[in-house]
Amino acid sequence: MSRHIVARADEIAPGESKIVKVNGREVGVYNVGGEFFALSNRCPHAGAELCRGMIVGLMRSDEPGDYRIERKGEFLRCPWHGWEFDLRTGQSYCDPKSTKVRQFNVKVEPGEQLVKGPFVAETFPVKVEEQYLVIEA
Amino acid sequence: MNVAVRETRAAQRLAVVDCDIHPVPKQARDVYQFLPQRWREHMETFGDHIRHGLTGQLPYPRMMASGMRTDSFPADGAPGSDLPLMQVQHLDANGVEHGMLMALGRGGMEERNLDLGAALATAVNDWQLEYWVKPEPRLRAAIVVPQENQQAAVAEIERRADDPAFVQVSLSPRASDPLGHRQYWPIYAAAERVGKPVAMHVAGFGGGNPQSGSGWPTYYMQDHYAMTTNMQHNVVSLVFEGVLERFPGLRIVMIEGGFAWAPSLSWRMDKVWERMRKEVPHLKRPPSEYVREHFWFTTQPVEEPETPEYLRDICEWIGWDRLMYSSDYPHWDFDNPRLAFKFALSEQEKAKVFRDNAKALYGLR
Repeated sequence: MSRHIVARADEIAPGESKIVKVNGREVGVYNVGGEFFALSNRCPHAGAELCRGMIVGLMRSDEPGDYRIERKGEFLRCPWHGWEFDLRTGQSYCDPKSTKVRQFNVKVEPGEQLVKGPFVAETFPVKVEEQYLVIEA
Repeated sequence: MNVAVRETRAAQRLAVVDCDIHPVPKQARDVYQFLPQRWREHMETFGDHIRHGLTGQLPYPRMMASGMRTDSFPADGAPGSDLPLMQVQHLDANGVEHGMLMALGRGGMEERNLDLGAALATAVNDWQLEYWVKPEPRLRAAIVVPQENQQAAVAEIERRADDPAFVQVSLSPRASDPLGHRQYWPIYAAAERVGKPVAMHVAGFGGGNPQSGSGWPTYYMQDHYAMTTNMQHNVVSLVFEGVLERFPGLRIVMIEGGFAWAPSLSWRMDKVWERMRKEVPHLKRPPSEYVREHFWFTTQPVEEPETPEYLRDICEWIGWDRLMYSSDYPHWDFDNPRLAFKFALSEQEKAKVFRDNAKALYGLR
């Protein structure tokens, strides 16, 4: 385990990201509303450079004709097949039953209420030390 | 469940033949410069024409960047239009020894203006040669033909017959009629004569017919799925019309249309044929035999059943010598050669699917 200063905190504004190298491996560092998270730049599904994907929200619906976007900016969509990963945990989510699940009617939902997808992107804890971002890996 | 990403050293070493790569012109004039003056003037005066009501538009919105890998956009031009990027991002990165080009746009495959279709096909073939195969010898072209103008299609096949840059004949599966119809037979006769397979790649555009036999889809996901049924209709047509009886040397490559349906479709055809063969007395053998003997299937997008081993049974039925790896670069549903199959292939199976079958079919060394 070694400590890596990967960026200055003010380099990555909320909603933005930066790909850095840690122990020779590429890692994407994300600023999600002032909190920092880091994911391996490799999609666990088919090996794409995951961190070149779009930052998106969750699209939810209670019934046909109804939709809403929730947790905007908290998910990363792989540039190839579109698997979406929670930037906080690396967990992929899919919820084919969401059109029937009535209790999800507001803003923020903990990930456990969704059906977990099969893949988990590798994550790294990011510390903010003074004005620097530090990853231990 | 991240087990799928583990790579073996053998897989990393295996050179692959990719049976589906999409080249795109950076600009229309890259292709149109090869048209005779008469047709260049036609384009300038009347504009592009393809058989689609939404020329220049996507028929269904694609979730992924117009259907492309979002990391495949070059600095200028469309994905698939930049050879250096294709080399770095795909050919070199994935150990592609040979790549089969599938030029889908601007080729006049289904053009109703028959003379324009003939000119476009020749131009797109010249463009493939000059812009792709000559600068990058790993690539091979398919002869794009104006399939509604069979006389010109045959002439185009004969024009390219002796050029090793062209390894197969490309047809759209959304033609005026199902591809077994007799108006297309001269094309099959020519392909058989020059010893090149006929390839049929699913078509997101074109034709006067929807993918689905039940009408026009609403969503891209429907259209994406219906491509597999469109391919099945063409298999059924080619089998029952007797094409494979008439042209016993014909080899047909089904590209991007899936393959998991091949066994069930064949069982169904065999069952009705056993009972009603009087309707098609020209068929001498069960339909499944024609399928297994004459059809090759490319793999992408590999089906991913919840029990990955189910797919092994299907591969066994089709035959390990009939499946050929394809990537579909630069499209969004690209298959990475090292991770496409979610169950373990033996070294022998891997060598066949990823390299040897295509080399044998196309005569590549």
